[in-house]
Amino acid sequence: MGDKKKWFSLDFGVSKGEAVSTNSSCGCGSTSGGCGSHNAPPKKEPVASSCGCGSTSDGCGSHTMPKNEYLITAEEFDAAVEGTMVGETRKDGFQQVFDVKMDRRTAFRKLTASLLIGAGAVQTSCSAIAGEETKEKAQIDWEEQFKGNYKLMTQEEKQATVDRLVRSYQLRKKENIKMSATDASKDVLFGYAFNISKCQGYMNCISACVEENNQDRNSQMQYIRIHEMKDGQGFKFNEADDNYYHEVPAAGHFYMGTQCFHCDDPPCVDVCPVEATWREEDGLVVIDYDWCIGCRYCMAACPYDGRRFNWSKPEVPEAEVNKNQHYLGNRMRKKGVMEKCTFCIQRSRSGNDPACVEACPTGARIFGNLLDPDSTIRWVLENKQVFRLKEDLGTEPKFWYFMD
Amino acid sequence: METFRAFISMVKDSIGYITHGSKVYHVWMFFLSLIILIGMYFYAIQLEEGLSATGMTDRVSWGLYISNFTFLVGVAAAAVMLVMPTYVLKDIDFKQAVLIGEGLAVAALIMCLAFVVADMGGPSVLWHMIPGIGVFNFPSSMLTWDIIVLNGYLFINITIPLYILFRHYQGKEAKAKVYVPGSILSVLWAVGIHLVTAFLYEGLQARPFWNNALLGPRFLASAFAAGPALIILVLAAIRKFSEFKIEDKTIKKIALIVTVAAQINLIMLVSELFKEFYAPTHHSESAYYLFFGLDGKTALLPWIWTAIPLNVLATILLTFHKLRNNLNILYICCFMLFIAIWIEKGFGLIVPGFIPGPYGKIAEYTPTWVEIWVTLGIWALGAFIFTMLAKTSIGIELGKLRYKKKRAVQTETT
Repeated sequence: MGDKKKWFSLDFGVSKGEAVSTNSSCGCGSTSGGCGSHNAPPKKEPVASSCGCGSTSDGCGSHTMPKNEYLITAEEFDAAVEGTMVGETRKDGFQQVFDVKMDRRTAFRKLTASLLIGAGAVQTSCSAIAGEETKEKAQIDWEEQFKGNYKLMTQEEKQATVDRLVRSYQLRKKENIKMSATDASKDVLFGYAFNISKCQGYMNCISACVEENNQDRNSQMQYIRIHEMKDGQGFKFNEADDNYYHEVPAAGHFYMGTQCFHCDDPPCVDVCPVEATWREEDGLVVIDYDWCIGCRYCMAACPYDGRRFNWSKPEVPEAEVNKNQHYLGNRMRKKGVMEKCTFCIQRSRSGNDPACVEACPTGARIFGNLLDPDSTIRWVLENKQVFRLKEDLGTEPKFWYFMD
Repeated sequence: METFRAFISMVKDSIGYITHGSKVYHVWMFFLSLIILIGMYFYAIQLEEGLSATGMTDRVSWGLYISNFTFLVGVAAAAVMLVMPTYVLKDIDFKQAVLIGEGLAVAALIMCLAFVVADMGGPSVLWHMIPGIGVFNFPSSMLTWDIIVLNGYLFINITIPLYILFRHYQGKEAKAKVYVPGSILSVLWAVGIHLVTAFLYEGLQARPFWNNALLGPRFLASAFAAGPALIILVLAAIRKFSEFKIEDKTIKKIALIVTVAAQINLIMLVSELFKEFYAPTHHSESAYYLFFGLDGKTALLPWIWTAIPLNVLATILLTFHKLRNNLNILYICCFMLFIAIWIEKGFGLIVPGFIPGPYGKIAEYTPTWVEIWVTLGIWALGAFIFTMLAKTSIGIELGKLRYKKKRAVQTETT
């Protein structure tokens, strides 16, 4: 961010367009818009659904379109990941970070080497009584405790931690989960629009979100809040009720939803002392739950009430756990870390809409790729009178409101 | 090698010295240990249950811990008000007070760090913050600046008195060439720690109550009132309970610093109140909540309406030379000022920043007993550390702890 402007301005027209043109090696890039299916509103990843090479990596190794990795084998995935790596390292901005990261990692390994040996010795000495599984659990816990920041990991390290987490869940709960580490696609910038005229306050979005994202049931954590406001008084958030239990739509009221707005210049990212939260290339603001130290500075910095903290150990009944997970998304969290809406990264990066969009019975929620000129979100931005909340703060939210 | 042996001997002597004392001293240390242990017990509960054991919520996400942290940074910074005249302006009156002041700074900084750790959701991964091993988001995050300045200040405030005491322990005079540059650095650094801590809040566009250019200067003014006020009280206690001679002149000079800082602080308070209430905007709601309550939610009113009268009364009393020079009135004023600023810079600053919330939600905050006991435990820890540091330095300054003497005794016996 060397050329960071004092007054940030969101620009998804010019600079990102170049990225699209340089990246059309797979023959079905979205620049031309020739990939059909653009007019189907909820499908935001036209390439993945229409190009025919979305789920097999052999055909077009180096393309960086989002893949549904649940359909491919680990080797194929690794190969595809290798492909994305080439593109990844070409990014000059990341080059330095990668170098620094290597230094840190080695330095840290050296520092903890003696500790590791000690732990190994303890484990060996206990091997007579401890079973294989206990040893493996201890090994995984150890490696998880001292792993690095996900943002700075190489593809192999990312895959290794995902594998460890899957295995750890298997050992503890005797259940298999699927976890992905899909990276951002280069020609994608996610955006969201909310139709105030359509929302009736049913809150289906909230329950879908809670189920999809494995949020703590005890504290009734919810990323989305629906504010019920009185007609004829404009947006009076302070007088709105965001915790109602009556029949909706209530006469004389209208509804407005808020959640994380995935700002393009997010204040929460700047203030994090350990870079545990960051903006991904596709515009999603994500958190590495394992790197977060729980200082809650980001929470104080967020002007949109977009962040949530795990005040106690989050609990989800085993039967209700969504086992289709992403490392940066809905995987199980722990006590004392931040979490937030990720636009359902596990869904959006594999070409689906977030759960809230899919669950909305009125069609008030629109999600899509801002860089795709044929997407519904672009149509809304170009043809409706849209506005955003607290624009004067200069955070450039990627969440617009509009009315019919 | 000789120096090293002297140092070992000093550490041994100090440990011997702080474990022996009068009955009052032992009762005092036992009392503090008890509070620390209770605090640790409640911290264990907090570790087990998570921060849900505190009164903090998603709506008010910082509370008693961060309030105390903010206040204590000010106390630590105030040591500079004694260092500057002594070392830089060569005002000999303060030399007695300065070691005490620096000891207070060390204790306050350790308390600051303890409060920050107590507030963390994941204390087991705090190594993520260590530069080199973890990822240090410098210079983007003000919290990383704060880590640097607080630890740097702690280092300075440990090394300077250590050097001076070590020289005195060996019966030598401390070399001004060595410690004066460090003292000048610490003067600048003290302003830095408080300004950076203010920037921590000032830089958040999400919180209009904090996003206020006066916050930094007001932090400094209130710190230079509350910190030396505490030093006066501590000096009064030391005069009473030890043979350490502190002249009235010294205390009166510190009182002058307290008075000027309190007056400036009051002027800034008036300016702040004028801005918030003359032409109230949407951004004045936090101030309304603090001073008058909003929507019938009035949890902070008893606090702030205790703080403001105490603050005003103490400042007025201190302004009159006759009253200020009466030591008993001075001690009462210092106590009032200390309490008033503890409320203002703690509760009165941190909690209203979150109320109303980003969308106007008014959710109040009340600390739980877990939080209160952990807080008391950390204060007791600070007092414990300070007592040990002060006792050692007084022992060395009075000549009760001397390296040469001990060696002479040793050679005699062998």
